[in-house]
Amino acid sequence: MLQQLEQIQKQASEELEKINDPKELQLWKVRYLGRKSKLTRVLRSLATLPLEERRKVGVRGNEVKNILESSLAEREKILEEARIASSLKYKKLDVTLPGQPLSVGRLHPVTQTLEEICDIFKRMGFQVVEGPDVEWDYYNFEALNIPQEHPARDMFATLWVDAEVGGGKARLLRTHTSPVQIRLMEEKRPPIRVVVPGRCYRYEATDATHESMFYQVEGLAIDKNITMADLKGTLFEFCRCVFGEERKVRFRCDYFPFVEPGAEVAIECLACHGAGCRICGYTGWVEILGAGMVHPDVLRRGGIDPQAYSGFAFGMGVERMPMLRYGIDDIRLFYANDLRFLKQF
Amino acid sequence: MKVSLKWLSEYVDIKLTPQELADRLTMAGIEVQGVQTVGGWENVVVGEVLAVTPHPDAERLKLATVNLSSQQLTVVCAAPNIAVGQRVPFARVGAQLIDGHTGEMLTLKPAKIRGILSEGMVCSEKELGISDSHEGIMVLPSEAPIGIPLGEYLGDTIFDLDVTPNRPDCLCLIGIAREVAALTGEEVHLPEVDYQEEEQSIDSLISVDITAPELCPRYCASLVTGITISSSPVWLQQRLRSYGMRPINNVVDITNYVTLEYGQPLHAFDYHKLKGHKIIVRRAKNGEVMTTLDEVERTLDENVLVIADEEKPVAIAGIMGGWESEVTDETTAILLESANFDQATIRRGARHFQLLSEASLRFEKGLSRELPLVALKRATRLFHELAHGKVAKGVVDVYPGKLEPEGILISAEEVKRLSGLDVNIDEIVKVLTSLGFECRQTSVPSQALIFSPYWRSDINCAADLVEEAVRIIGYDKIPATRLSASLPEQEVAPRLELREKIRGIMVGLGFQEVLTYSLTSLEKLRKLSIELEPGALKVANPMTKEQEYLRPNLRAGLLAALATNQKVESGSIRLFEIGKVFLPQPVIATPSSPSLRGAQATKQSPRAENELPWEKEMLCALLSGPKASLSWRGEKGEFDFFDAKGVAENLLQGLRIAAEFKPGSDQNLSPAESAEIISEGDRIGVLGVLHPKMAQAFELDGVVCLIEIDMEKLLSKPIGQREYTPIHRFPGVSRDIALIVDEGTSYQQVESIIRSFPLVTEVTLFDLYTGEQIPQGKKSFAIRVVYQSPDRTLTDDEVNQVQQNMLDKLNQELGSILRS
Repeated sequence: MLQQLEQIQKQASEELEKINDPKELQLWKVRYLGRKSKLTRVLRSLATLPLEERRKVGVRGNEVKNILESSLAEREKILEEARIASSLKYKKLDVTLPGQPLSVGRLHPVTQTLEEICDIFKRMGFQVVEGPDVEWDYYNFEALNIPQEHPARDMFATLWVDAEVGGGKARLLRTHTSPVQIRLMEEKRPPIRVVVPGRCYRYEATDATHESMFYQVEGLAIDKNITMADLKGTLFEFCRCVFGEERKVRFRCDYFPFVEPGAEVAIECLACHGAGCRICGYTGWVEILGAGMVHPDVLRRGGIDPQAYSGFAFGMGVERMPMLRYGIDDIRLFYANDLRFLKQF
Repeated sequence: MKVSLKWLSEYVDIKLTPQELADRLTMAGIEVQGVQTVGGWENVVVGEVLAVTPHPDAERLKLATVNLSSQQLTVVCAAPNIAVGQRVPFARVGAQLIDGHTGEMLTLKPAKIRGILSEGMVCSEKELGISDSHEGIMVLPSEAPIGIPLGEYLGDTIFDLDVTPNRPDCLCLIGIAREVAALTGEEVHLPEVDYQEEEQSIDSLISVDITAPELCPRYCASLVTGITISSSPVWLQQRLRSYGMRPINNVVDITNYVTLEYGQPLHAFDYHKLKGHKIIVRRAKNGEVMTTLDEVERTLDENVLVIADEEKPVAIAGIMGGWESEVTDETTAILLESANFDQATIRRGARHFQLLSEASLRFEKGLSRELPLVALKRATRLFHELAHGKVAKGVVDVYPGKLEPEGILISAEEVKRLSGLDVNIDEIVKVLTSLGFECRQTSVPSQALIFSPYWRSDINCAADLVEEAVRIIGYDKIPATRLSASLPEQEVAPRLELREKIRGIMVGLGFQEVLTYSLTSLEKLRKLSIELEPGALKVANPMTKEQEYLRPNLRAGLLAALATNQKVESGSIRLFEIGKVFLPQPVIATPSSPSLRGAQATKQSPRAENELPWEKEMLCALLSGPKASLSWRGEKGEFDFFDAKGVAENLLQGLRIAAEFKPGSDQNLSPAESAEIISEGDRIGVLGVLHPKMAQAFELDGVVCLIEIDMEKLLSKPIGQREYTPIHRFPGVSRDIALIVDEGTSYQQVESIIRSFPLVTEVTLFDLYTGEQIPQGKKSFAIRVVYQSPDRTLTDDEVNQVQQNMLDKLNQELGSILRS
C-alpha cells in the first residue's frame, strides 16, 4: 500500500509539472484528488487493513493528499499568473488616443465673480438680497440725495422708462444697486448687514471700457457704533481675499451724494504693479469701489435715526475684477456670449 | 480741470514734489488723474529779436537776428508775426523739436535755406509741443530773461484734476490753493482786488432790478469805460492756455482769467448797447426770442432766466450772452456782471439749449452767494490795470437772497463715532481752521460750533465736517477694524438657493451659462411673433434700436447668442440663462418674493399711476448640433426632442419636483415636437424643437431644442420635501416584457397601468419598435419591470401571478398583446 502511495505521488507530481492548460489541470484534479481517484480508494480502504499498517498508510496517505493539494494550488497560481501576463501582452492600448469627449458646462465669468464676491461677504456675516432692475426715480435718485437737477445726476446717465419728471415718480432702469439701500431700510430694522448683487444700466455709448449694462454688488451695514474704520477693515479684508496679501490697497476720500464721509478703494495696478501703464491711466492705481458712511439724510429717509445708528455702504463694479485679473481688454466680451471667450473661464 | 503748478504757486507756496502733492490731493478727495510735465526743451533758450530783414532770395522768408545774451545769431524765419523787440524761444542746433507739418520729432541741424546758412530757429508753440498753434512763432512775455534756458523760464507741471460735483469751490486756482494750504500747513496768498475809481458813481450810469429773486439771489456789476480792445498780455494768455482755454481778446480773457482764479463766471456786456442803461433780471416770457452769441435764435419760456435791458433779453442768465450786446472790437465801455443764479434753473436751461459752458457747469453745481463781489472786484482791477479802463465809482450789488450763516456743532465724539478716528477737539478745530472754517468754543469742552467759510456751499451737517477733518488728517490714519456689531437674524433665501441649485445642475449637464441683455429690439420680438401691447415696456430714450424694449422672455437673446456661436462652433452647443423678464403686473399677482415688488413701497414712497413691472425670473436653455463632439469613438447623432426632455427631467429630478409632460402648442415650437411641463396641475414650463420659421428668422442651422422653465412657479413648489424610504433588503426579480399596442397609445398610459400593481418598484422602457416584425398601425414597447417586496424574497409563482394580472389589465384597457 505504501509503495502504491509513493507511486501515486510520483506520477501525479510528474504529470502536474507538464500541465499548462487550466482544463487539463481540472482533469488532473479529478484523476488524483477526485472521489474515484486511486488515492481516495486507498484512503477509503484503510478500514480493511490491519491496525499497524492502517496507521502507517493512513498517515502517509494524508501526507500525500496534502502535498498534492498544495502542488495543485501552486500550479493553479502559476497558470493564472501566466494567463494574466499573456492577456496583458496582447491588450496593450494606444494611450495617446483621445478620451471620450464629455460636455463640460461652465458658469458665466460674471456669475463666477458674483459668487466669489458674495461668498467673501457671507463669511463676514453679510446676507445676500436683491432688488428690482426697473426702479422709481425716488429710490434711484431722490432718496439718495440726488434730487432733480442735482449736478450728481451727471454721474449717472440714465435710461428712462417714463419721461423724467419731478417728485421721483418716473420709472427708470436703475443706474446702480444703491436704491436697494432705501428699500431695505424701509423693510428692516438694524442690525442690517447685506450685500446686493444686480444688473445696472446706463445711457452710454459702448466701447472697450463702457457697457450700457453691467453688474454691481452693493454692501450695507447699519447698527450702533459702526465706523469708517469698520468700513476700511471690511473692504481691506475683501481686497486681500480677492487680490492677495501682497496687493497694495488705497483708501481715499471721494464723493457720492448718499454717503458722508465718502471714500474710494483702489488697488495697485495688476498690470504694472504701480509703475503706471495704459490700464491704470498711468497712475499706478485702479479704482475698484466707492464707499462711505451712509448719509444721515438717507438714514432718516429709510426711517432710521442717524443719531442712534450709523452705517456704511459700498458699491463695486463686477466686470472690472475679471478684467483686471485675466487681462480682458474689452468689457463688451462679457455680453457678446461668444463661447470661445466664455469657455476660457 | 487742468491746473498749472507754476500758476498755483502764486497763491500758495508748494514745497512738495509734484508727485507728493498729487498723492496728498488725491487722498484728500481731489483726484489727480494725470501729471504732465511741460518743458525739457534742451538747447532752447530765450532770445530777443534785434533785427528783421528780408531774405535776399525769397519773398516770404525773413532773416532774424536774435540776441541770446552770450552771442547773436542770424537765422532764416518764415513766421509772419516776428517783430523786433520780441522775446522768443530760440532753438540751437541739437534741439529736439516737433515738425510743424508732420508732427514727428526731429533734431535741429544747421541748414542752408536759399543760400543762407541758418544755425538755429525761432520756434512756434507746436514745435515746442506746447499747443497745436503753428501760425507763427511763440512770443514770450517781455520780462523773459534773455539767454536762460526756456525750460527754466517756461517749464511747468500741469495737474489734471477730477473735481467732484460737491466742490465747485475747487474748480479754480484759489480753491485748489486753499486745499494745498490746508494739506501742507501753508498760507493762501490772495490776489490784489483794489483799484482806483473815477468820480462818477455807477448808480447814475446803470440801474439793476431783479424781478425773479428766487432765481437770482445776487447780482453785482461794475462799469469800466475807456477800454481799448486788444490782445491780452502774453503771461495771461499762457495761463489760459495752461487750463486749455484759447485767448481771444483782453476783455474776454480777463473775465475768463478771473473765473479760473476764483471759480465765479463773469460776463461783460457792451454798455452802450444796453437800451435805457438798464439791467432787468427776469423770467423770459413764453415765446420770447433772442439770438445768442453763437448766432442761434432761441425761443425762450418762463422757466428760463434772462438778463434783459429795457427792451429785450441780452443774455440767458448763466448760460450764454446775447449776440447783440456782445463785446466787439469797437467796444469802449463794458458792464461787468458777476452774479449768482439758481443752480437747477441753469442746469435745466443748459441742457435744454444744449449749451454746456464753463459758466453753466459752475453755476449748476451751486456757487457761493458771497463770491460774486470778490470776483467782480478782482476782474475790475484787472480791467483797470491791463486794459487801462476807467472804473465808475462803486459797484452795483443787489442781494435779495442773502443767507444768515448757520453754525454746526461738531464734537470729538461725533468724529470718533463716524470715522473711528480718535482725535481731540483741538486737533479738529486746528484742521477746520486751516480750511477757512470759523470755530467757536461752546460750553461743552469736547465740542465746537463751526461756521463755514463763504466759499463752501457743500457743508450742511456734522457728517460733512467729520469728512473735512478726517480727509485733511488723512484717510490713511483711519484704523482698519473688523465689524464687531451684532449679526442680524439669518433669513432663508429660497430664490437664491433655487437659482444656485439650477445653475449647478445645468452646468453638470454640460450647459454653458450666458448672460444676455435685458433690453431687446422690436425686430427680435417680432421674430418671436410677440404681439406688443400699446403699453409694452420700453425705454423712453433708447441708445439704439437694438436695446429698446424690456425683454418679455429670454428666448430672443438666447437664440441670438446661439446664432452667433453656430457661425464659429460646429460641435454641440448647450446654452442656458437664468434671468429676469419684464411683464406688466398681473391683475391678481402674488409673486413669491415681496422684496421684488415695486408695489411694496411704504407711505413715504411716491405713488404713481404706473406700477413697476413684474420682474419674473425664468430659465431658458438651448441645445443644438451633434450630441457629442466629433470623436473617433463614433457619432451619436444630433440633439432631438428627447435630449431636451432628458434635460428637463434630470433638472426636475435634481430639484425633487414631480412633473409630467403633455403635448404643447407654444407658437415658437414645432407643433409636432413640443410639450408642456406640468407639475401638480400647474404649467411650469415648455420644451420642444424650435419651429422651423423661428430657426429661419434667427438664422439658425439644424435642429434647435428649447427648454423654458418658470422659476416663480418652481418657487411655489415645496422643493426638496421628501421622506426616507428604507432600502429593500430582499432581492428584486426583474422581468422583461414586450407589448404590442396601437400606434396612438402613449407610453405613459402603459407605464401608469404597470405601476398600479403591487410589488412593482421599477419600470424602464428599453426599446421602442415599429416595423416589419409587427402589424401595421402598431408599435412595440420593450419594458423591464422590477418586482420587490420589503419583507420577503419573492417566489417565481408570486411574480408570475402579478405579471399575468398586469398583462390582463393592459389587454383589457389598451388592447395590448404580449409579443412572443
